[in-house]
Amino acid sequence: MKRAIVLIVTGVAAAAAEGETKVKLPTGRADMARGEKLYEGHCALCHGTKGGGGRGPMLTQSKLRRAPDDAGLVKVIEEGIRGTEMPGAWALSPKEMRQTAAYVRALGRAGAGPVPGDPTRGAEIYRGKGACATCHSIKSAGGIAGPDLAGVGARRSAAYLRESLVDPEAATPEGYTLMKVATKAGGSVTGVRANEDSFSIQVRDDAGRTHSFWKHELAGIENQRGKSTMPSYRGQLSEAELTDLVAYLASLKERL
Amino acid sequence: MKVWLLLLASAAGSAQIQVPFERIRDADKEPGNWLTYSRDYTGQRYSPLDQIHTRNVARLRVAWVHQANELDPFETSPIVVDGTMFITAPPNVVEALDAKTGRVLWSYSKDIPKDLRLCCGKVNRGVAVLGDAVYYASLDAHLIALDARTGRVRWDVTLADYKLGYSSTGAPLAVKDKIVTGMAGGEFGVRGFLDAYDTKTGKQAWRFHTIPAKGEPGNETWEGDSWKTGSATTWVTGAYDPETNTVFWGTGNPGPDWNGDVRKGDNLFSDCLIALDADTGAKKWHFQYTPHDVHDWDSTQTPTLVEAVVQGQKRKMVVLANRNGFYSALDRTTGKFIAGRPYVKQTWASGLDEAGRPMRLPNTDPSVEGTLVWPSLGGGSNWYSATYSPKTSLYYVNVKERAGIFHKGDAEYKPGAFFNGGGQRDYKGEEGYGAVRALEVDSGQLRWEYRLHSPSHAGLMSTAGGLVFGSNGSSFFALDAQKGSLLWRFEGGGGIIANPITYLHEGKQYVAIASGHALFVFSLD
Repeated sequence: MKRAIVLIVTGVAAAAAEGETKVKLPTGRADMARGEKLYEGHCALCHGTKGGGGRGPMLTQSKLRRAPDDAGLVKVIEEGIRGTEMPGAWALSPKEMRQTAAYVRALGRAGAGPVPGDPTRGAEIYRGKGACATCHSIKSAGGIAGPDLAGVGARRSAAYLRESLVDPEAATPEGYTLMKVATKAGGSVTGVRANEDSFSIQVRDDAGRTHSFWKHELAGIENQRGKSTMPSYRGQLSEAELTDLVAYLASLKERL
Repeated sequence: MKVWLLLLASAAGSAQIQVPFERIRDADKEPGNWLTYSRDYTGQRYSPLDQIHTRNVARLRVAWVHQANELDPFETSPIVVDGTMFITAPPNVVEALDAKTGRVLWSYSKDIPKDLRLCCGKVNRGVAVLGDAVYYASLDAHLIALDARTGRVRWDVTLADYKLGYSSTGAPLAVKDKIVTGMAGGEFGVRGFLDAYDTKTGKQAWRFHTIPAKGEPGNETWEGDSWKTGSATTWVTGAYDPETNTVFWGTGNPGPDWNGDVRKGDNLFSDCLIALDADTGAKKWHFQYTPHDVHDWDSTQTPTLVEAVVQGQKRKMVVLANRNGFYSALDRTTGKFIAGRPYVKQTWASGLDEAGRPMRLPNTDPSVEGTLVWPSLGGGSNWYSATYSPKTSLYYVNVKERAGIFHKGDAEYKPGAFFNGGGQRDYKGEEGYGAVRALEVDSGQLRWEYRLHSPSHAGLMSTAGGLVFGSNGSSFFALDAQKGSLLWRFEGGGGIIANPITYLHEGKQYVAIASGHALFVFSLD
């Protein structure tokens, strides 16, 4: 194989070869066990071991927006989703894709259960005591240091949201790698890496200003991958307040 | 008046294209032209041009740009003959350009069948020129002869049936009166071959199957009928030694790529360098870099022919920084291993034995849950060219320092369908990086490296001007060939997955590289 295979056409062709007939997902115990193993190897890194979400959406929901039916789910697994980080599973055979899809549906049936807490009180904490809007936006209203949270309730499980609040560095989002850049004049800038190559780096600070540097003009660059500027809310919010805040975030189902 | 016309004609380099074999064989006599994929037959991708050198390269500027009309990867390595440049472009196009201005002289395009299956996009790496014709191995596995003056088709022959997964992406190699061409399709259970065609008639002169048939030596390295779908493709241009009339060509991964259970054995001649008689296609020797490969480490990189003194003895060698992470130098007359060592981090072998065979470590094969191995599926390097400079006696290679998590999966052959038996996903535990590394040619020992932010997927070229040209991401740059320091760079605005070339026109040296969907050509201001 030539290189990182990005432009796989296999998905399209395989779908065409099998026709547009309804996809039947396997139900046997062996198929489900295999599906679980495949899921853990190929999907769990982004979607969480039990489908709770991470870099990718949570799958513990009966309806998946991008995969309304089983044929759609297999198609998403096969081809990925253009314009997102979801890659096509070119390493899986058609049978393995159906086994994986069957396990994903099982995660959906198991469901996440109701989220405890009062979302209305949580919204007040978000705007007030938590000061979340300083760094986060919902539909572009708010700060830009952290990710936009519109639709976060459809993408991340309550457990994941709670962990993010008490231990922000447990899973830092893609595209928010923190870099500390030191200039030869003695100054320094810390911010999110907007871009970097061998010769230059562009960093966006908390205020939204972009700083661009030629690397040969710098004294040093510190990659703070895994670090987050988000404070932990452990001890800052009571257990009840955390529960309410999670309930509010989990209620944010509507995307942009 | 007549005199003036003649003068103008010669000044503008408008002589008809005529490239007999001897011109390519003696390419050093006309360093201003770039007559074959690697400029000459050695595969060194070294140019004796020195007008652009270490002290003036900082003044390099864009002379012209040629845009491709399709958004597929642009991997062409141009050929330049007496003022005309021949390139391939996506989706399935050959073009002749005026090497001075970039203006299109003619364009040839072939329709692509809708059901054509490709692993990696509508890519092509260039043409061959011989006599007054241009030879193109098209995506749907045809070899096509075009009139070099007009682009009109002279003949068009089918190499293999694209419906079974066969395709072609590499530049053919013109040798004597034949066109040698490889093929692609290593993810579709094809059976690899290397072909030669008569330039006059388009008739097949010979075919070398890279997987021996039942009863032939080497077939016993494939269990059962697995040889029929064992891949071992030939998708990158090889080298040629006129002295011994030998063609050297690399072969690709065995299929299915990541599940070796269904093809037990060494799987000859996959992941090999093969040495063939150029007239008959008869095999002289082979050397297998990765016996029973399960990581998709094709060995198709262009081999480099070099002469060097090893332990006081002058040796004719063929060297390669293999995708499997090891650099190896072979005696090119016998195919015997001389020396080798890892040139990137690798975790799958404890080293090479005395015959150059890697000593595989346990628990490094792909698994259902995933196995972490260095290097990644992309390899320590890949199809793009390394370069050797006779001036520095160094071998330069653009390396990838990156791991992959290798998965094993089902491997059921269906004609024309993907047949890979697993795959790889990126290892997120650490950020990969790249480097241009200068290696001592007789041992693979590191002399210097120029570190790059990310692993590259583009080739290198060295010049008598003391330069090594290379790419990283969308940047094209020149390094000092002695020291590895950066002397010049250019942001091309689009990913570079191509080899650079250089040529002279009307006394002026140019350097060309494809970036994104454009071919950039540079000269001093």
